[in-house]
Formats: sequence, C-alpha cells, structure tokens
Amino acid sequence: MSTTTVVINVLALACFALAFAQDRAKARRALVLAFRSFLRILPAVLTVVVVIGLLLGLVPKSTISRIVGEQGGVLGLLTVASLGAVLHIPSLIAFPLAASLLQAGASITAVAVFITTLTMIGVVTLPLEIRELGAKMALLRNGLSFLAALAIGVLMGVIL
Amino acid sequence: MRGGEQQRTQAKDIRKDLFVLLLTVLVGAVLVALFPARRHLVLATAWKFLVEMALILPAVMLLMGLFNVFVPKDAVVKYLGRTAGLKAIFLGILLGALPTGPLYVAFPLAAALLKKGARVSCIVAFLSAWACIKIPQEMVELQFMGFRFMAARLLLTVFFVVIMSLVIEKAVDRGEVAGGA
Repeated sequence: MSTTTVVINVLALACFALAFAQDRAKARRALVLAFRSFLRILPAVLTVVVVIGLLLGLVPKSTISRIVGEQGGVLGLLTVASLGAVLHIPSLIAFPLAASLLQAGASITAVAVFITTLTMIGVVTLPLEIRELGAKMALLRNGLSFLAALAIGVLMGVIL
Repeated sequence: MRGGEQQRTQAKDIRKDLFVLLLTVLVGAVLVALFPARRHLVLATAWKFLVEMALILPAVMLLMGLFNVFVPKDAVVKYLGRTAGLKAIFLGILLGALPTGPLYVAFPLAAALLKKGARVSCIVAFLSAWACIKIPQEMVELQFMGFRFMAARLLLTVFFVVIMSLVIEKAVDRGEVAGGA
C-alpha cells in the first residue's frame, strides 16, 4: 500500500470519527450519502478497469506511443484534447485511465492535456452553461480552457 | 431540477452506465477469447487497477459525504459575493475546489451569484476550480499519477485559471451575462 493510500484513508476515518462525536445523526447521513455515491460510480469504475486491462494487455506500446506519444505530434495532441473535451467521464475514474495510458507509452504532455480538457471543458454540459451564464461567457470559458489545457500539457512535458 | 425529475434522470444514467459496463465486458471477453495468450496480462492489469481503486475510493467518497452534510452549499457561496480583485479570484478557486458535487450544480449557483453582483473574474475562477481543481479529484490524482505530476498540474492550472478569469472579465460586459442585471 502506498503512503498516499494510507494518508487518505486515515484522514477519512479521522474526519468521520470527529463528525460522529459531534453529531451522530449527521455523520450517519454522510455515511449513507457516501455509500450511495459509491454505488453510483461503481459501474463506471468497473468499466474503466476492464478498458485499462484490455488497453495494456492487448494494444502494443508502439501503437499507443505512435498516436499519443512523443511521435504523435500536434495532431495527436489536438485529437487527445478534443476527445477529453467531448467525453463525459467522471474525473475520479479518469486518473486510473490516464495512469494506464502513461504506462502504455503515452507522453506526459498528452496525458496532462487529456485530463485537463476532460475536467475543465464540458461539451455535454455546454447547453446548460449557456442557458445559465450566457453564450459569450460560456463559449469564452470553454474555448480558453481548451487553449489553457494545451499550454498546461506542453509545460508539463517540459518540466517533468 | 426538481426532485422527481432529478431522480428519474439519475435512474436513467445508472441504467446507461450498467449497459456500457455490460457491453465493455462482452467486447473484452470476445477480445480475450481471440487472443488467449494475452488473457493473463489483461486480467492481471485489470485486477491491479481494481485493487488500487478499491483502496482509495471509499475514503474519498466518505470525505465528500461528510463535507456535503456538514457544510451547506449556501455557506460556501455566501462569501463569494463580498470580495474584490485578485483576492476574489483566489477565494473563487478555493471555494470551487471544495468537494461539492458535479459541475452542473455550479452553473445555477454561479448565475445567482452574478445576479447578486459578484465579479465575473471571481465566478469564472470559481467555475473553473469547481470543474478541475476539486480536492477529492486531487487525492485520486496523487494516488495514480504521483506527487510531481499532481503538484505541477495543480500549480499550472491555478496560474492559467487566474489569467482566464481576468481575460474573460475584460471581454464580457455584465449585460451580456445571462445572470447579470
């Protein structure tokens, strides 16, 4: 088990103990809520686990790195960025997917761009964003986020 | 969204997720049957990632549940209308990063805040942070991508969110914002 795993679990348990000591009813409600969100995300988690197994088990490294690796170039990056913008994957399960891509030969830049557009931009939620905040602000936010994601990815590739 | 309507869309979403899972498993089974030599690697990899998820997801869910019950959304949002300048942007990022549900919940909140007179830059920072700097999300990123990746992406994202907030505030008049008066 990694340090991160231990720290996060200890933190969660400590917070729960504190909450329980303060207000039992509320703590119990939080537990029910947590259990429900866990069940809610479970199918997506299992799907991603299967996809990761297939990806790392069947697709050769050279194929992945040709598309989203160092050789992928600008076109590869734009593809990954657009994919991240359009897909609607919960961010919590996007990270194992990203880690597996990295393991499979994708570049740090491509992976960082993918995660960033995936979380920052929502094509699926764009109509709602336009309705609530107006077209100009919504389109500007999503458009600039796309550029920012590319910049973040390129800089990550330089730093790491 | 009304309660009943929300429940119905949620039930529909769950059915969709289960269908996608079933489809993925079926496609996977066919692929593995076609390449029997790879079966072990596929299963071992899937198992490794499953264990890693199982070790961290319950804790993350518990923290989100606790936060949702103990800190009401109104309390989070109350502070956003009151500050100005760069401080408002950072406050927007900080409050947006709190573990408070999916992005579509944030849009009506943001619209209401704009109507109340909050700065555009602050709201853009709030929305962007809500979308991509959520604390539970950072925990999972730390687990799977390691500290250096997580920290570098976090710092760069904050930097670009600040710039974006300022640019969008310059570009958008209050009148053009749907929530604006």
